[in-house]
Amino acid sequence: MSQYIVKRLLLTIPTLFGAAILVFFLMRLIPGDICELRLAGTGGYFDETALKICQHEIGIDQPIITQLGQYLSGLATFNFGNSMWTGRPIVQEISLRFELSLMIAILATVTATIFAIPLGTIAAIKQDTWIDYVVRSFSIAGIAIPSFWFGILIIFGILFSTQWWTGIPWMPPIQYRSSWMSWDNISNNLALLIWPAVATGYRYSAVATRMTRSAMLEVLREDYIRTARAKGLVEQLIIRRHSLKNAMLPVVTVIGLEFAFLMGGLVVTEQVFNLNGLGKLFVESVTNYDYTMTQALVMVVVAVFVFTNFVIDVFYAWLDPRIRYK
Amino acid sequence: MQFARMIRSALVLAAAAAVTFAYAGPSAAAGPTKGGVLKYVVPAEPPSFDGHRETTFALIHPIAPFYSLLIRVDPSVPYNGTFVCDLCTEMPKPTDGGKTYTFKIHDGVKFSDGSTLTAQDVVATYKKIIFPPEGVASARKAFYVMVDSVSAPDDHTVVFKLKYPSGAFIPALANPYNFIYSKAILDKDMHWYEKNVMGSGPFLWDGREAGAFIKGKRNPNYYHKGMPYLDGFQAIFAKKQSLRVQAIQGDRAAIEFRGFPPKSRDDLVKALGKKITVQESNWNCSLIITPNHQKKPFDDARVRRALTLAVDRWGGSKYLSSIAIVKAVGGVAFPGHPLAATKEELQKIAGYWPDINKSRAEAKKLLKEAGQEHLKFTLNNRGVDQPYKIVGTWLIDQWKQVGLQVDQRVQPTGPFYATLRKKKDYDVSLDFNCQAVVNPLLDVSKFISDDISGNQYGGYKDRELDKMFTAMNQSGDVKEQRAIMRKFEKRALDEQANAFVTLWWYRIIPHRSYVKGWHITPSHYLNQQLDTVWIDQTQM
Repeated sequence: MSQYIVKRLLLTIPTLFGAAILVFFLMRLIPGDICELRLAGTGGYFDETALKICQHEIGIDQPIITQLGQYLSGLATFNFGNSMWTGRPIVQEISLRFELSLMIAILATVTATIFAIPLGTIAAIKQDTWIDYVVRSFSIAGIAIPSFWFGILIIFGILFSTQWWTGIPWMPPIQYRSSWMSWDNISNNLALLIWPAVATGYRYSAVATRMTRSAMLEVLREDYIRTARAKGLVEQLIIRRHSLKNAMLPVVTVIGLEFAFLMGGLVVTEQVFNLNGLGKLFVESVTNYDYTMTQALVMVVVAVFVFTNFVIDVFYAWLDPRIRYK
Repeated sequence: MQFARMIRSALVLAAAAAVTFAYAGPSAAAGPTKGGVLKYVVPAEPPSFDGHRETTFALIHPIAPFYSLLIRVDPSVPYNGTFVCDLCTEMPKPTDGGKTYTFKIHDGVKFSDGSTLTAQDVVATYKKIIFPPEGVASARKAFYVMVDSVSAPDDHTVVFKLKYPSGAFIPALANPYNFIYSKAILDKDMHWYEKNVMGSGPFLWDGREAGAFIKGKRNPNYYHKGMPYLDGFQAIFAKKQSLRVQAIQGDRAAIEFRGFPPKSRDDLVKALGKKITVQESNWNCSLIITPNHQKKPFDDARVRRALTLAVDRWGGSKYLSSIAIVKAVGGVAFPGHPLAATKEELQKIAGYWPDINKSRAEAKKLLKEAGQEHLKFTLNNRGVDQPYKIVGTWLIDQWKQVGLQVDQRVQPTGPFYATLRKKKDYDVSLDFNCQAVVNPLLDVSKFISDDISGNQYGGYKDRELDKMFTAMNQSGDVKEQRAIMRKFEKRALDEQANAFVTLWWYRIIPHRSYVKGWHITPSHYLNQQLDTVWIDQTQM
C-alpha cells in the first residue's frame, strides 16, 4: 500500500507540470494585458509612460521564455510569487479564499450525502413505484437546474417571501466573517453559507442519488443477494450490509469528484451569493489578466483533484477488500 | 451680458439636470446626527491603493474616505462645477496674469500616524503626480502640462506656477485621485502607498479582507470640525449587479455609488417605496463611435459623416433612457456645462439635426457619392450590457435605416481594448470617454490627434483640432474658450466626423432613504470622501 501511495504521489508531478505549462501559454494567448486593462479599461485619459512602467513592474515586458523560466523555478520551490493585480503574496490571497471554498464544499457534500444515499436506496428498492418516480423527478430536476440559477431563485424567494410575510425584505448576509469566535459571527456565517450549500448541494445530491439508485439496482440483482434472501436474512440487513456497501464504489467516486469540483468550480454561484471563494477569485484573475494568480489557482485545483482521487482510491480498498494496489 | 446670462442659465440647467427625487416622505427635520456605519457595495476591488497611479472608480469608492485633497468639488452642490477648499483655507485668486496660484494650508492637520501635515506634504504629493521620478507611474500627469513648478515657501503655503494661464488648471487640481500623501513616507519609498493607506481624511483604516471588504472608522482628529458624522463605513465588494440591487433591497447595503440601470431603480422603488431615495444626474461619460481611419472606406469623411447623420439621437434618447444608462444628447462637452453647446447650437451639427428624415437623406446621398450605398461592416463592441450592448444594437438599427448592413462583434474588456489599441483590426468601434471632474477643456483631448491624445483609437491626426485644443487650454477667457470649443466641435463631429458622440450616460443612484448628506455628482469618481454623509436613525 505504501509503495502505491508513493507511486501515486510521484505521478502527480508530471500532471502538475503539464497543467502549469498549459495554463501558462493559454493565458498568454488571450489578447490584451493586465496593465492595458487597468489603465485603459476605465475610459479615461491615462499616460502611456504609466502603462510601460506597469508592464515593467510586473514583468510582462520580458520575453515569454524568461517569464516561463521564472514561473517554473518559483513553482519548484513552492513560491507562487505575488498577484499581478494586487501585488500581494498569492499564498496569502488564496489561503483566505480556500477556507471559505472548503467550507462550502464540505457543507454541500454533507447536504448531498444526507439526501442522496437514502433517496437513491429507497428509489432502487421501490423501483417503478410512485416513490421511485418522485425521487427520479427530484434528481432529474436537480441535474437540469444550474446551481447559480437555483441560487438566484433562492435569494429572490427569500426576499419576496419575507417582504410578503413581514413587510420587510430580508436577504442572507453578503459578507463572510473570518472569525468564528462570537455567536454573532457564527450566525452570520451560517446564514450566509447555508444557501449556497443548498443551491450546490441540490445538484450534487441529484447526481449522487441517480448513481446510488443505479448502483443499488445492479447490486440487488446479484446472485449473492438472491442467496442472502434465500437464506432468510432480514431485508434490512441485506440492504445495509450486503447491498449498500457494495453499491457505494461508484457513489464515492461521484461524491469525491463533485467535492473537488466545488473547490474551484463554483464560478457563478459564488458571485450570486457574493462568496469570496476560489471560484470568484478564478474569474476575477482571468478577466483581470492576472497570470500569476490564475496559474497558482490552476495548480491548487489540480492538486485538489489529484488529492481527492487519491483519497477515493484508498477508500475503495476499505469498501471492497478484494481491491489490492500493486 | 448675454453671455453671462447664458452661463447662469447653463449652471441652472446643470443643477436641474441633477434630479434628486425621494420616494421617501419626510426628510429628517433636524440636521446631521452622528453615529452608524454606512455599508455600501462596490462592483470591483482596487488593484492597488495608490490613487496617483490608478484610474478605476473601484479605488475611489473604498479608499477616498481615508484621504484629504487640496481642493475638491463642493460636496453640498457637487453638480454645479464649483470647487471648494479641502486642505486649503481659501480658494485663491490667480496672480501674475493668471499664472500663479497660492494656497494656504489648514493648521493642525494630522496624518493618521500622528504626524503633522504641512505644505511640504502637499508639494511632495503634487511633484509625484506632475513630475514623477523615473519608474513611478502617474496616470494623469498630462493634465498638468501647464504647471511649471510647485513649491512651499513655508509650511503653510503652496505655490503653483504655471507656464501660461489655463482654465483647465483648477479642475485638474481638484481631481479626486490627488490624495495628499506624507512627504516623509514618499521620501523613503515612492511605492509605499500602493499597498498601504495612511492619510488625513475623515476616516481611519480599520481593516481589509482581500476580495471581500475594506473598513474605515471615524477620524477623531479630522480637521473639518464636527465631521465626519458616521462612526465608520464598510465598502463591500460585490461583482454581480443583481446581487448589489438585492443587497440594497434586503438592507445588507445602503447604497452603491456607481449607478444602476433604470429597471433596477424601478424594481427597488416598487419594492421599498418610501424607504428608497433616488438621485439622478447626467454623467460625465459619453459613448463614442470611432471609425477606423486606417481602413477603407472609413478614411473618407463622407462615409463617416453618413454614419453620424443616420443616427437619431433625439429619438434614441427618449427610448433608450428607459432601458439603459444613457440619456442626454450632447456634443463634445458635458451637457449643461458653460462650454457645452446649447440645443440650438447642437442642431446645426450633422447627426443632431431636428429632422431625422432630412438627415438620413443626406446620409444616403453621401454614401452614394462615396460609392458605398450598400456598405457592410462590423461594429466592434465591449461585452458589457450597460450601456454598450444596448446602444450597439440600437446603432445597428439606425444604420440599417440608410441601407447599411452592420454586424456586431462583442468582446470582453481585455480583448476589446487590445483590438482598439494594438491590433486595430476593426471597422467601426464603440468607445467611451469617462472623466472625473467636469473639465471639457481637457476632456475633449479624446478627439485630438492620436500621437497627442493618448486615448484616441481612431488612428487619425487632425492638426487643426490640435491647434484649437491648445488655444482653448491656453486661454484664460471663458468666452474665447467657448467660441473655440464650437469650432472644435463642428470640425470633430461634423466636417471631419472623426469620431462622434452617440448619447451621454445617465447616472441613477437609488439608495436607502436613511442615507443623508450625500449628493449625486456628474461622475462616479467625485464626492466620495463621505465626511458629509450621515445616517438618519429615524428612517432605519
